[in-house]
Amino acid sequence: MPYFTELYGNPSSMHTFGGQLQKKINQAREQVANLIGASPQEIIFTSGGTESDNAAIRGTLEANPDKKHIITTRVEHPAVLNLCQYLAQNGYEVTELGVDSQGLLDLDELHGAIRDDTVLITIMYANNETGVLFPVEEIGQIAREKGITFHCDAVQAAGKLPLDMDKSTMDMISLSGHKLHAPKGVGALYIRKGVRFKPFMLGGHHENNRRAGTENVPSIIGLGMACELARKHLPEEQTKVRKLRDKLENQTLYQMLNSRLNGHNILRLPNTTNISFEYVEGEAILLLLNEVGICASSGSACTSGSLEPSHVLRAMGVPFTAAHGSIRFSLSRYSTEEEVDYIVEHIPPVIRKLKEISPYGAEIEELELKAAARK
Amino acid sequence: MWDYTDKVKDYFLHPRNVGEIKDADAIGEVGAIACGDALRLYLKLDKKNGNRIADAKFKTFGCGSAIASASALTEMVMGKTLEEAEKITNQDIADFLGGLPPEKMHCSVMGKEALESAIANYRGYKAAPTEEGVIVCKCFGVTDVKIERVVRENRLTTVEQVTNYCKAGGGCKSCHPDIQGIIDKIWEKEVRPAAVPTKPRKMSNLRKMQLIQETIERDIRPVLMMDGGDMDLIDVDGNTVYVSFRGSCAECAGSRVTLKSTVEAKLREFVTEELVVEEVNQGGSTA
Repeated sequence: MPYFTELYGNPSSMHTFGGQLQKKINQAREQVANLIGASPQEIIFTSGGTESDNAAIRGTLEANPDKKHIITTRVEHPAVLNLCQYLAQNGYEVTELGVDSQGLLDLDELHGAIRDDTVLITIMYANNETGVLFPVEEIGQIAREKGITFHCDAVQAAGKLPLDMDKSTMDMISLSGHKLHAPKGVGALYIRKGVRFKPFMLGGHHENNRRAGTENVPSIIGLGMACELARKHLPEEQTKVRKLRDKLENQTLYQMLNSRLNGHNILRLPNTTNISFEYVEGEAILLLLNEVGICASSGSACTSGSLEPSHVLRAMGVPFTAAHGSIRFSLSRYSTEEEVDYIVEHIPPVIRKLKEISPYGAEIEELELKAAARK
Repeated sequence: MWDYTDKVKDYFLHPRNVGEIKDADAIGEVGAIACGDALRLYLKLDKKNGNRIADAKFKTFGCGSAIASASALTEMVMGKTLEEAEKITNQDIADFLGGLPPEKMHCSVMGKEALESAIANYRGYKAAPTEEGVIVCKCFGVTDVKIERVVRENRLTTVEQVTNYCKAGGGCKSCHPDIQGIIDKIWEKEVRPAAVPTKPRKMSNLRKMQLIQETIERDIRPVLMMDGGDMDLIDVDGNTVYVSFRGSCAECAGSRVTLKSTVEAKLREFVTEELVVEEVNQGGSTA
């Protein structure tokens, strides 16, 4: 908080009042580097995951102007997907790899997609909707053998899974502050030493000439502290958080016979669950959950303002009956058993209420009878 | 998060008339699960009382505003004859709820269509009028007849508005040029100049009237409609412009602010600095 009130100097200034903050920023850089096993010189601060993705992708293309082919997947975050689609209309060729019904990639397909002019592979670590993990080290190995830069959007994975860039095959990774309990509007980009990169944001000499713009000092310091705490509590993600997530998921799937899990059961982040309630619409579920103080998100078309449901679920071939009724719960080390019990208790009445309003009551009952027969 | 009015929230959280009518005289059905929303409307007529709608019930699969719109519709048609009910527009449904977010206007259109489908069902027609025509948007199965109608009834001028009102163009986007073509065809006969109006120093009364009308159509009504409101030009007397608000603007306590900050400001910008705008209520006296 003092960085908003008394210590408002500019870290680039020559005077002590501002200059002392450069030390704080360097400390934050070390804290971020420590979380991901990198050296501080390999970290640049950005305004968030979206900027990190843009900087990594555009920075790589700028540095390698002769090659015009990019490989990504159909389930990336819009920050990557929309940028790649823009590039595809502006002189680049983009291959989007598909996923199977569990949300997994086929590495043979990746092998087949690589060309002589492939400049960049950009593939996420953990999916932001389902939590499904991609084999990023294997992808990095493939990229390295072919001399292709590999950028990984690790926004969802950082702080939840151990990362060790020193031993990793990934060349660049994007991080976002608010996914690790840091403030919103701050992020970081890791760029491995020796990887060709040209700055995306041009201007002054900030961030060692790799990202111009006066530093967002309070948020950067907050991101550093959040990374230190995340590193300290990392083991809890696989124990405490996973246990709570599994309880929420198992009890919900057991209670609600029209529900199904989206994404691979094992190859997944420990904190995320994405459940579809068939024949019930997601936004309506969220609004009713909100009434009892439960905050979740949905892949339904209606919540996003677009008219089509989640591109991730559609890429997985999830039927429309389920895609419109998908709900994602994200837990953290601050989640409690009481909260999970509360959610488990409040989901059934919400789904029952919407089922009563739905014209597909007969379809839901048929589904429930089949599910009950399987049990 | 959607900016739903309290009335939308109320009709979603406590929907009126949910259910089925076993011996319904008319059943209307629109939408499909693939599209993300569907509505089944049941009507029971009172044969002794001039065939007025004695009961209306609904079942909806859809978001908060879809449920609220369907519930609002059942209340609006109660006690009406089919001929009276037929006159209800999608804007009436949105108005009843105090307005809908622009991206959610298709929920009110779905209500209107379910009503039409029910009335067609009662009269023994096969399809409601909007189901005829040639499919323009393949993703959501929307016909040219339906697009033309929402454009006319709601005075839409952009593809984005058409998508908000009837979903057409909300999928692969390949039909956007066709939708734009339909819009252009409808409005080409009316005043809708392509170029920004210039500001001549000395203006004839006729020119001034034209510019006022153009500015209202192009720069003011679309802004009001974003918030579920609308306005009409009533009269121009010298440099005084008389207007009347409709929709959510009519009930909005801030309409005086809108009058000055949006309507007057835009008219002064594009017509002449000398204009003064006054609101006229429906009775005709100034507010």
